[in-house]
Amino acid sequence: MQLSFQLNGRQIEVHSEAEETLAEVLRNTLNLNGTKVSCEVQVCGACTVLVDGVPVSACTYLAYEARGKNVTTIEGLEKADGTLHPLQQAFIDDFAFQCGYCTPGMIMSAKALLDENPKPTRDEIIHHMDGNICRCTGYVPIVAAIQRAAEVMAKESKK
Amino acid sequence: MSAEKKTDFHVVNHSLPRRDGRVKVTGKAQYVADLKLIGMAYAKVLRSPYAHAKIVSIDTSRAAARLGVYCVITGNDLAGLNPYYGHAVKDHPLLAIDKVRYAGEPVAAVVAIDERTAFEALEFIDVKYEELKAVFTPEQALAKDAPLLHEKQFEAGALRGFEGEVTAGKGTNICQTHKIQWGDVETAFKNAAAVVEANYYFPMTYAYAMEAYVAIADVTDQGVNIYSSAQHPFMVRHDLKSVFNLPVSKVRLIVPFVGGGYGSKSYTKIEPLVAACSWKAKRPVKLQLTVEEAMLTTRSDDAYTWMRTAVDASGKIIARQAKIYMNTGAYAENSPLVVEKSTNRCVGPYAIPNVLIENSSLYTNTVPASSYRGFGCAQVTWPGESQIDELAAKIGKDPYEFRLANAAKPGEEFFPGMRPFDGTLKQDLDTAAKAIGWGKPLPKGHGRTVAVSGSDAGAYPLTSTAVRVHADGSVTIMTGSTELGQGSHTVIPQIAAEELGVPFESVNVVASDTAITPYDRSTGASRTTTLMGSAVLEASREAIQQMVVMAADVLKVKVEEIQAIRGGVRCGEAQLNWSEVISKFYGLPDGEVIGRSYIRKSGKFAKLPVFWEAAATGVEISVDDETGKITMEKLATVGDVGLAINPALAEGQDIGAATMGMGIGLCEELVYEGSQLMNGSILDYQVPRFSDLPKEVELHLVQNQDGVGPYGAKGGGEASLNSMAANIANAVDRAVGVRIRQAPLTPERVWRALRDKKSKMED
Repeated sequence: MQLSFQLNGRQIEVHSEAEETLAEVLRNTLNLNGTKVSCEVQVCGACTVLVDGVPVSACTYLAYEARGKNVTTIEGLEKADGTLHPLQQAFIDDFAFQCGYCTPGMIMSAKALLDENPKPTRDEIIHHMDGNICRCTGYVPIVAAIQRAAEVMAKESKK
Repeated sequence: MSAEKKTDFHVVNHSLPRRDGRVKVTGKAQYVADLKLIGMAYAKVLRSPYAHAKIVSIDTSRAAARLGVYCVITGNDLAGLNPYYGHAVKDHPLLAIDKVRYAGEPVAAVVAIDERTAFEALEFIDVKYEELKAVFTPEQALAKDAPLLHEKQFEAGALRGFEGEVTAGKGTNICQTHKIQWGDVETAFKNAAAVVEANYYFPMTYAYAMEAYVAIADVTDQGVNIYSSAQHPFMVRHDLKSVFNLPVSKVRLIVPFVGGGYGSKSYTKIEPLVAACSWKAKRPVKLQLTVEEAMLTTRSDDAYTWMRTAVDASGKIIARQAKIYMNTGAYAENSPLVVEKSTNRCVGPYAIPNVLIENSSLYTNTVPASSYRGFGCAQVTWPGESQIDELAAKIGKDPYEFRLANAAKPGEEFFPGMRPFDGTLKQDLDTAAKAIGWGKPLPKGHGRTVAVSGSDAGAYPLTSTAVRVHADGSVTIMTGSTELGQGSHTVIPQIAAEELGVPFESVNVVASDTAITPYDRSTGASRTTTLMGSAVLEASREAIQQMVVMAADVLKVKVEEIQAIRGGVRCGEAQLNWSEVISKFYGLPDGEVIGRSYIRKSGKFAKLPVFWEAAATGVEISVDDETGKITMEKLATVGDVGLAINPALAEGQDIGAATMGMGIGLCEELVYEGSQLMNGSILDYQVPRFSDLPKEVELHLVQNQDGVGPYGAKGGGEASLNSMAANIANAVDRAVGVRIRQAPLTPERVWRALRDKKSKMED
């Protein structure tokens, strides 16, 4: 079937099989490999993308469900001039990743949090991010990065 | 102290941002999972439902006839290959041959136009099995009437990494044995003032690298080309050379970014299978395992340990004895080395005059065990550091003071024949104790402890590299050390930039490709900073020597008149930077100089271990009386790393390792029920999450420049894991007075222990 949706701000149309997941369409059909797949049972968060601003697990979310919606992936965060999203920059500045495999999903989950709650407390960050697993960092620098990004975004919005 | 002691660093010892930062936060970093080759087909694997069974027949005709299927491969199709591989013991067939040895073992693979077609064809493969009696624990494997897993005598692998005999395949289920002994244990225990003695169990754990095993193979008359998510591409190359009977030059392993390793991607895994698929299908083939399949591929050895430790009246540890049975699963993989290392690591980091440790690993019909972060050390630091606290409690000593009094001292040869200890445990322990507020009052139900680990690093010194200085002064480093996330591709250029006096930004790294990058034995055992770092340092200096000679040629003076300065040379008034030296030498603004170095087991690397990996951790926990749930209140890590080339990365390794260790202490455990793995998915296998994060965390480094690596650096990144499970158990004992000797300390186990204690008190 033909499927059309907004992807990172652009309207796209792709052919998709009924049983294909959003992760399969992104990775296999559209060659957008930033979205990673790990547990395939919605418990690790590696494949997190935003659909109409809400974080979903692309590994089990049927591509068909995205029709007519607005999908944002990790590839959609960097500005055209190369400026990184404050979360991306904070992840670099705080060493908030090692192998990087969980990172796209981690950043997308964090973006959903900050979009909804620009000044989260440490407990709110931990609660919101509990569905994302990282095996490298021990989470400590990720919490720091999200806090730093929130501060940067607050300053930017005042400008 | 190292002769290289220097402190005025320009580039090293600075927390420069990671080289792979931008590609990783933008989703552009390429992992094998992301790669596609032209004409590539996809494989899926059929796995055995039985733990131990004869394969009576396999009929692949229905599967092979399906639309979109290129071929089906089984153990019957391997004529022309040497299908058994293994760097320690060649006991592992790339597909089951004649029989299966664990539930989940690959029996056949379908190669098809896409993954779904391959997957759907699996159920059309008809396999007839005849079930055999199976064993699942070392005790069962040792029983008189136990079935044999392996009937034949094995060829010992050429690269086993230890000097002892391989004991597998001698008509028993014993895979490997190891023993160390000095002093007179019996007399020491007889004369002891106090002794503790108990049994401990360390669980099977799964590393959960979030990128599951994946490889792409292209086998043609040009050779075997493989992209793999492998920690040790050169060792995998050796196995493939043997499987395909090819010269080394015809086997090529390319490793892009790796999505987590932690030891689980060390040594050969699915590469022989995917190469055989490509060989039969005559096209490139990708095999991407699911996480559930990865859990059926490698785990850590679980360990049953009986241990006793003795002190004299002055509180000095005088003896330790242990008997360990490790469960290595169906194939040896790296377990022979795990056995040797876990034997050695029962001792350290304490100076004990009487020692007897006997260790054996047993083949069982379970998922093969292999390396796991700190291989072998976590398994024995669990009983070892538990007993230190148990003993301190028994003789009424403060466990921190007791450790200080017995810890190996800098320069002490506490393990006969090995390198004298190169860490500073007193400082490590002091720092950890201070960080968690040692001695301050604690609320009820809270417990606080410190623990240490000092392990003979498994890093074997065999490393080479090439540092290419280009005519514009920029630099390319050819390194066979894989970037697993540990930051090697940031640390290595820091060292080259420091030595060559060029900007860090102008030094680039070419990642592991066995056809291009010089030989590096492995990326594991915390070796890269020390060994590859030393190689890069020496190769940079060798490039400088060459450029000094070139400068003399260019300036038409004697070599002795040229003085190397930071970033170039001086001769009288004249100064040339490297770009000018090379451009003038070649007469064009192009060309290069190649600095090389070869590290082997000689000189400062002659004595093993190359370094002792030391760290202390400190924890404060609280226990919920009602549920048995442990909460991590505080965590401190102290990495004794000699010199941190990049302190932020070194601390990141420590907190990552400590968190994995916390997982073993609190929740991680693969559970078998009969022949089947019961929690073989991330739905059921619990790993630490954000909500398990300790409320307060402090990360510290001890930097005494006492290692043999660059500027006194030595390895880190494993040691903080090793002591964590014992640390948690010790803290629980101090908090609520129950001693638990089976990890992990799940809420249920703690709750049961509390209930038993209560009912005993009521009796």
